[in-house]
Amino acid sequence: MSTVSVTITVNGKTQTAEVEPRTLLVQYLRDNLGLTGTHTGCDTSQCGACTVLVDGVSAKSCTVLAVQADGSSVTTIEGFAPFGTLHPIQQAFWEEHGLQCGYCTPGMIMTTASLLARNPDPTEEEIRHELHGNLCRCTGYHTIVNAVRKSAELLASGAEPAPIDQVAGN
Amino acid sequence: MVLSRYVGASVKRKEDPRLITGSSTYVDDLKIPGLAHVAIVRSPYAHADITGIDKSAALAQPGVLAVYTGEDLAKILKNDYPIIPEGDTGHSHYKDRDDEDAIVVPKNRPIETRRVRYVGEPVAAVVAETSAAANDATAYVEVSYKELDAVIDPYEAREDGAPQLYDKVKNNISVREETVHGDVASALNDAAIRFEVKIRSPRCHPAPMEGRAILAQPDPILRGLTFWSSTQAPHWNRNEIAASLGLSQTQVRCIAPEVGGGFGCKIGGYPEDFIVCAIAWDMKRPVKWIESRSENFLATNHGRNQWAEFEVGADANGRMTALKARILLDSGAYPKALDLAWATWVMSAGPYLVDNLDYVVEGVYTNTMANGAYRGAGRPEAAFYLERLMDLIADKGGLDPTEVRRVNFIPPEQFPFETLTGEVYDTGEYAKALDHAMEVIDYKTLRQEQARLREEGRYLGIGVASYVEICGFGPYESSTVRVEPSGQVSIFTGISPHGQGQETTFSQMAADYIGADFEAVVVHHGDTATTPQGNGTMGSRGLAVGGAALMMSLDKIREKASRIAAYILEASAEDIELVDGRYQVKGVPGRGVTLQDIADKAYSDDLPEGVDPGLDTTDFFRVPEETFPFGTHIAVVEVSPDTGETTIVRYVSVDDCGNIISPNLVTGQVHGGLAQGIGQALWEELHYDNNGELITATLTDYALPKAGFFPEFESHHTTTTTYLNPMGAKGIGEAATIGSTPATANAVLDALEPWGIHHLDTPLTPEKVWRAISEASA
Repeated sequence: MSTVSVTITVNGKTQTAEVEPRTLLVQYLRDNLGLTGTHTGCDTSQCGACTVLVDGVSAKSCTVLAVQADGSSVTTIEGFAPFGTLHPIQQAFWEEHGLQCGYCTPGMIMTTASLLARNPDPTEEEIRHELHGNLCRCTGYHTIVNAVRKSAELLASGAEPAPIDQVAGN
Repeated sequence: MVLSRYVGASVKRKEDPRLITGSSTYVDDLKIPGLAHVAIVRSPYAHADITGIDKSAALAQPGVLAVYTGEDLAKILKNDYPIIPEGDTGHSHYKDRDDEDAIVVPKNRPIETRRVRYVGEPVAAVVAETSAAANDATAYVEVSYKELDAVIDPYEAREDGAPQLYDKVKNNISVREETVHGDVASALNDAAIRFEVKIRSPRCHPAPMEGRAILAQPDPILRGLTFWSSTQAPHWNRNEIAASLGLSQTQVRCIAPEVGGGFGCKIGGYPEDFIVCAIAWDMKRPVKWIESRSENFLATNHGRNQWAEFEVGADANGRMTALKARILLDSGAYPKALDLAWATWVMSAGPYLVDNLDYVVEGVYTNTMANGAYRGAGRPEAAFYLERLMDLIADKGGLDPTEVRRVNFIPPEQFPFETLTGEVYDTGEYAKALDHAMEVIDYKTLRQEQARLREEGRYLGIGVASYVEICGFGPYESSTVRVEPSGQVSIFTGISPHGQGQETTFSQMAADYIGADFEAVVVHHGDTATTPQGNGTMGSRGLAVGGAALMMSLDKIREKASRIAAYILEASAEDIELVDGRYQVKGVPGRGVTLQDIADKAYSDDLPEGVDPGLDTTDFFRVPEETFPFGTHIAVVEVSPDTGETTIVRYVSVDDCGNIISPNLVTGQVHGGLAQGIGQALWEELHYDNNGELITATLTDYALPKAGFFPEFESHHTTTTTYLNPMGAKGIGEAATIGSTPATANAVLDALEPWGIHHLDTPLTPEKVWRAISEASA
């Protein structure tokens, strides 16, 4: 099968690769780059487990072809905070018990980042509406909503990524 | 119990750092050199004979390595599937009976060679260098079928002359449970309130966010096979695969790595476990199969799926005097979790005293995907029926639904209480949970508010549900605790958590009960090579049974540690107490040692007389009886008569799961259970058409609830401990699912009372509600 060349900056690192034209961005991230923190939970773009940031905006990477991301800058959960640190949104999900099995969590975190970039102080209703593209079967969303709120508070107070050991605080 | 610092505290989960950074490993994240990929060819017919399979075109596709049919697998695998353990369905008319009523459990193969019985059943497996090549090539496997009449409706399936799924299974009957107690006919005749109703418990999909996933590779060190499976019970899968391949159990290693949810549908081996392991064994090469979401809908077990016909009698106070039930359970196409019939039957009377009971649950095979465990597994159905019946008694008798429940409750002084189906309820104070829920929601004021809003043309409904459920199933669970020479503690458990958080809970217990360093504890689970034989995580048993095994180990460790501490401190072992992580001499707080000091001694040659070196133990907790959590939920729902839309205004749950070790995790279990139970009440249902085609086979078609569908949940607890385990804890994994479906449905139907609508089948979708209102208004 013929291939095409794509150049994508992922987590700050620019790489060029030959991919099949049908390769999805999520497949490129997982299979070509080995970034398996981004998950696939459906085949119809409903679940949002594969959500990443493309040029800072959330996108379902199962709905984007790798060739469409050519020239873009992509952030996955692996590059969301400097290695060994937790971004305030990650801190909030941990603090608020905003996850159980963890499968939807990277996507939830990416959607939260995108939401708070646009709307730094969302209401509960806005949060619930914005999360419609991300499905969770474990939490009933209650603690995820709390985690998004907590994220907004932390970011508003100027919180920055913190070393994971210090966040543990136990 | 030792005075606690961690037990009972909300501690941030130990599981989370790896999950929020995306650094954990689900099956599809594994990187294995030389990996080949499996794609499954599935039946497009609900019922058909396979008349031929031509692999040649598929084998000619680029990257394709092999194609396996059922006949190929039969040369590799020695066993039928599923392997139904002896006694697994012991309450039923089964296999060993010679009489005419004996129900035969049919044997299946991972890939059937002759006949397919549901759309999505595996017919062949393609192995290729890439996942894409394997999937592409499935279209080139040419299978010839002779289509047979299919039966989708379970009532039709049990008629004489209906299409038969299995030659030896009469009328497609899969299972039957029955109880007759007292004189139902007389009680019905004498009843002040008497009615009949038919209630559907819809076919639901468990839908964990990660589908099933299996990777198998030959393992030369074991002279066998290692496989990773997204499963809730790795030892079960391991034992089934070992038997199938004719290997010893220790030559086969099953690892459940990070598992993205289960909810009952990842219990036991599926055809694909056998297929993938057989191919890896045969090709001497690692192979992987990852289920797509569409496959997950077609070929991972469905749940609920019952039809129930009731005749009910009650006296003028609403006390239920007669309960007659004829329940039909659609088992789908092959025997999976036949004990679901038992689970509904055994909870037939729930938290209520019923003198006259005639309750039959019958299962029937149809040409649809197998029905299996789904969060609650048979008990939500029983509770749903009873709570609908309680509301109907209230409707007919002009009574308040809370009062009807109150007059029917088994009173606290009757515990332990033996039910008519032979179970012993350990402890229960049902009115306490009801009272608490009514107080939290201010029930009296709420009813006044409801009346006021109705005058404004707004339709608020208040739904109450009280439930009791059975959980904490045995027969046993296992635990190994090892204090390493460094003093750090390793726990190995036979349960297999996949989101529940027992790495945290068990660490809390180890911190308090043996003085372990909470941060340093590592809880190992889901690997048959390292953990003692166990039964996995299901049936709300993780803490109640797995934790009980852990307590046995912790008690033994503490006892030995105390003896060594006494030796170091030159005191008597009886005088050693564990305080804030230090083993110290009673009354002399300054004289004490840590677990690290004790471990240092335990692995030295300086030990007291009669004490062996080492500090570890393996223990099995035998379940004496199951335990029975209970509670009351109250839902407040507003219905829009113009659109039929429902809005949940408030939701109060009061669940009693005994003592709580990890409050935040318990709350999480409750929230998740609520979402699934409410989803079943309002939105979720799988549909087959008359040809056996699943027409809701994607997340576009199946209404998995979203964040905006719910309000903030108000979850509360009462505490009634159990004597059945040392923690006094009952299960919480399924309780909220069980309470929330009836509470929500009752709320919607309460809102529809002005139209004289007393029952509608769930899910109560806007269309269904709107149609009911329109018809009632016409």
